[in-house]
Amino acid sequence: MKFSLAWLRDHLETDAPLAVITDTLTRIGLELEGVEDRGATLAPFRIARVLSAVPHPNADRLRACTVDAGDGVAVSVVCGAPNARAGMISVFAAPGSYIPGTDMTLKVGDIRGVKSAGMLLSAREMGLGDDHAGIMDLPADAPVGTAYAAWAGLDDPVIDIAVTPNRGDALSVRGVARDLAAAGIGTLKPWAPAPLPAQFASTLRWSIEMPAACPWILGRMIRNVRNGPAPRWLAERLTAIGLRPINALVDITNFFTVDLGRPLHVFDADKVAGGVLTLRPGAGETFRALNGKDVTVTAEDCVIADAAGVQSLAGIVGGAATGCDADTTNVFVECALFDPVRIALSGRRHQIASDARARFERGIDPALLPAATEAATRMIVELCGGTASELVAAGAEPAWRRRATLRFARIAGLGGLDVPADEAVGALQRLGFSVAARDAERVTVEVPSWRNDIAADTALDPAPGIAAPQAGRALIEPEADLVEEVLRLRGLDVVPPVSMRVAGPVPAPTLTPRQTRTALARRVLGARGLAECVTFSFMASGAAALFGGSDPALRLANPIAADLDQLRPTPLATLALAAQRNAARGWPDVALFEIGPGFAGTAPEAQPVIAAGLRAGAAAPRHWGVAARPADAFDAKGDAYAVLAALGVPMEALSVSADAPGFYHPGQSGVVRQGPKQVLARFGALHPRVLAELGGAGPAVAFEIYLDAIQEPKRRRRAAPDLPAFMPVRRDFAFIAAAAVPAEAVLKAARGAERTLIAEVSLFDAYDGAQVAPGHRSLGVEVVFQPRERTLTDAEIEAACARVAAAVAKATGARLR
Amino acid sequence: MTDDLFTLRAETEAALREAADVRAWDAVRVGVLGKSGTLTALLKDLGRTPAEQRRERGAALNRLKDELAAAIEARRAALEEAALEARLAAERIDVTLPPRPAPAGLIHPVSRTMEEMAAIFGAMGFAVAEGPDVESDWHNFGALNIPAHHPARADHDTFYLPPAGPGAAPPVLRTHTSPVQVRSMLRQPPPLRIVTMGRTYRADHDATHSPMFHQLEGLAIGRDITLGHLKGCLIDFLRSFFGIASLPVRFRASYFPFTEPSMEVDIGWNRRTGELGGGGDWLEILGSGMVHPKVLANCGIDPAEWQGFAFGMGVERVTMLKHGMADLRPFYDSDIRWLRHYGSSPLAPAMLHEGV
Repeated sequence: MKFSLAWLRDHLETDAPLAVITDTLTRIGLELEGVEDRGATLAPFRIARVLSAVPHPNADRLRACTVDAGDGVAVSVVCGAPNARAGMISVFAAPGSYIPGTDMTLKVGDIRGVKSAGMLLSAREMGLGDDHAGIMDLPADAPVGTAYAAWAGLDDPVIDIAVTPNRGDALSVRGVARDLAAAGIGTLKPWAPAPLPAQFASTLRWSIEMPAACPWILGRMIRNVRNGPAPRWLAERLTAIGLRPINALVDITNFFTVDLGRPLHVFDADKVAGGVLTLRPGAGETFRALNGKDVTVTAEDCVIADAAGVQSLAGIVGGAATGCDADTTNVFVECALFDPVRIALSGRRHQIASDARARFERGIDPALLPAATEAATRMIVELCGGTASELVAAGAEPAWRRRATLRFARIAGLGGLDVPADEAVGALQRLGFSVAARDAERVTVEVPSWRNDIAADTALDPAPGIAAPQAGRALIEPEADLVEEVLRLRGLDVVPPVSMRVAGPVPAPTLTPRQTRTALARRVLGARGLAECVTFSFMASGAAALFGGSDPALRLANPIAADLDQLRPTPLATLALAAQRNAARGWPDVALFEIGPGFAGTAPEAQPVIAAGLRAGAAAPRHWGVAARPADAFDAKGDAYAVLAALGVPMEALSVSADAPGFYHPGQSGVVRQGPKQVLARFGALHPRVLAELGGAGPAVAFEIYLDAIQEPKRRRRAAPDLPAFMPVRRDFAFIAAAAVPAEAVLKAARGAERTLIAEVSLFDAYDGAQVAPGHRSLGVEVVFQPRERTLTDAEIEAACARVAAAVAKATGARLR
Repeated sequence: MTDDLFTLRAETEAALREAADVRAWDAVRVGVLGKSGTLTALLKDLGRTPAEQRRERGAALNRLKDELAAAIEARRAALEEAALEARLAAERIDVTLPPRPAPAGLIHPVSRTMEEMAAIFGAMGFAVAEGPDVESDWHNFGALNIPAHHPARADHDTFYLPPAGPGAAPPVLRTHTSPVQVRSMLRQPPPLRIVTMGRTYRADHDATHSPMFHQLEGLAIGRDITLGHLKGCLIDFLRSFFGIASLPVRFRASYFPFTEPSMEVDIGWNRRTGELGGGGDWLEILGSGMVHPKVLANCGIDPAEWQGFAFGMGVERVTMLKHGMADLRPFYDSDIRWLRHYGSSPLAPAMLHEGV
């Protein structure tokens, strides 16, 4: 909210310098957004009299003038303005002055033989608008020698503050003044407009048919007004805060909106049809609003209607048809109380942000209506003439009186600061609270009508199935309201900080085991050379569909952009896009990973945390000693297995099957399961068609690890290590197996052939070239036999080898080469 | 020593000198000391030597055998040494060639910052809590004293998903991490201290706003936790996180629907240089306050018995301040050049005893 210092001083008696006022505003919760001090740039410009103005002897378009800037000296000034004439009053800048409109500093000059020791200024040269038709032509009574800014009322700094949603009362100059006075910056001036006697009976009256939206409304008719431009003081007040003066009647309503936080409306009474203005629900009518736009009202909106139809969206925007213009002579002033919730919902429904709505939806002072109507009527009569009717009203002042109790000990108990009881009560009283009862321990105060945020009667919204502690809340909430008031006026900076007490010197673990696993997975993938990314959780729905994510329940109702409209099914989808972006920049070989949510639904359990990674292009940078190769499915499998192993997954219990989803290459991808069902990971080359549809960069391999599916490793005490005293025996086998036989089946069969004797089985070769029959491949398997009782004889080793070959043959049909 | 022995010694020594490799050397050794070697033959003939000379000749032969054996062994060692030298010379490589590549991976600055936050708040007794990104309207707003008509809702720029059915409130992408506080209070009875870090979403996109960003929030509930503890906790965190023991911290009255009293917190910095810690300017960095009695009551905690504080700040914002980063947008762009510039080593996680 904007207001000028002079406007503030209408309500606040204070000598405090501007900086103290602005610092205090920030401290007490009315945060300073900015100060505009226009007087500073205008300071060098003085009002001056043009003593003489004759044509320049050597230039047709220039005039040689002499100017008196108030010190009785005739200064020679060369001027190009056509309106310069002897006797006129204008504005003078002495040498050394900075001219904002031309961005230069004046020097004494000599213009074609005539000395020029200063400048006569146009409005544009002073930075005050676009008028450059001539130099300033001030009224004859403008005081020569005084500062122009002071005379013109432009030396008044404009203060802009941010008002929080709870402080409707601070959306007024008077409310700000009251807070400042309560914080010790001056005294609040009394304000009580004298009533203006009724001189005739109003021909318009109110009717409320929607009391839930409008409990109380006042009006007054004023006849024979002359509407025209507002007087200078009023126009300047509004201009200073960025409001365009329109005409006196409209300007008066805008003035009270800011001055008292009290929106008003003035109907042109001659344009109102019939004798009744009715507050009722809308019924689908359309009317042209004062902002020039058509508004179609609904049954949820409260409107003001006359015999001809809807004339106003109550409390938000008035109608053009009954608005005031230069010809208006009879007016009807509206001063109403509207329900904040309905105003908020109506305003949001119609997307209209008005000064009136901002105040009504925060709640305005329900007791102020009669006095505000008097003040507005009085100002209309003063500025526009005319006579006023009696007050016409509908509804009644609602019950707004509330009490709140503060136990003094709670200021320290909640706020951490000891404030003496007298000081606390004094602060509340300066804010307008009155003491209803007080003893040594507590004070009970009456809440002022303008503070609808204190001890507000609003409902809880408890979790389903919970017995909400209503009594405790009713005791504590108003008290917390009062503690906050006392503390903010005192300043939160004086509350002594206290470090958190901890249970012991050594903290307990901060992360759950699941969080620790996520952190470990991140480090493992980083250590394997992948760069961690953070990509958006949403993406283009078309691209998401490529990864199986086309659920309409996961499409944003209000996406910020068309390519960010669908929650991603897996972080792999957005990583693939990231790889494309890098390729487009000339970096096709990247290894990226992300740990974040994928979305299968809106329930918490349908948002699993997935560690996804992608390797695009070459497996490693080109190197003189390493053959270049593209990243392949086994790089991705390696990444996934490294994470699973690091997280304590029993690797021998894993199985891999070739049934990965369709965005993977059907022949180069796998699903890793623990047991028959639990999917822990997927890996493989991405499907070439998916890559092509994403933008056509080169091949890429990827993996996804479902971190939530990984079981917490059993916390058993570790058994003693197995360190047999006898040398292990290593034997190599070459099996010829049908190509369809999975290598894993061969290894598993070999491992199972001699449970106690076989320590390790590994695959060291896989060959399907010319030496092997078509449709077959050769698998080189190393088996390590570990004797435990004694060294094995050759015969025993041969027998064990035979059992390995037989077991593999039985399980897979593979035979020794 | 007789002449034949002198000759044998001289011939053997000459042959050894001439033996240029191990094979030639072995021929010499076998020719002298082998089964049919010259010296072996002489030793065999010793029996035919007259008895009176036998003793002297035997001693001479044995001396010669020792001498020749030593000479042969010395030559072998010399030859092997030479052979090794030659091999080593042949095996010379260009040690300036680059080693095999092992591309370094890295941790995103957002993860790094959240790790630092967990470490610092962990030392103050907080545990890390989590919750879903897609939330119910109640968890994100209603429980936190932000009813449907509240003006604060307009500030949140909420993303909505389609409602589950007619009349149902649409699910939202959480606009803050505060719903995790609600979930924590419903899950576990007080006292509790949690911090939560995660993705949050608001429909806003420019140089300083992203439709997705990260928040850190903290919640401490106890019987006697005051605004003084809130101030102490935040000052301790900010000074530790930014590594500036004297960082100026300012507290201003403000308003949030879910706290009362509410405070905004500024840190001292130099607006012109961006340097933290001094310079006389203030930079707003986080919002905080004592948990609103209605929020406690909505979560089944009696505000007459329990009270506490809550605070929240932007993870990217403090990351940018700490590292002097100018633009928010690259955080989510995955530009490998930016990641390499700002990423941190996976082998250097944030640990208090190593310094965060």
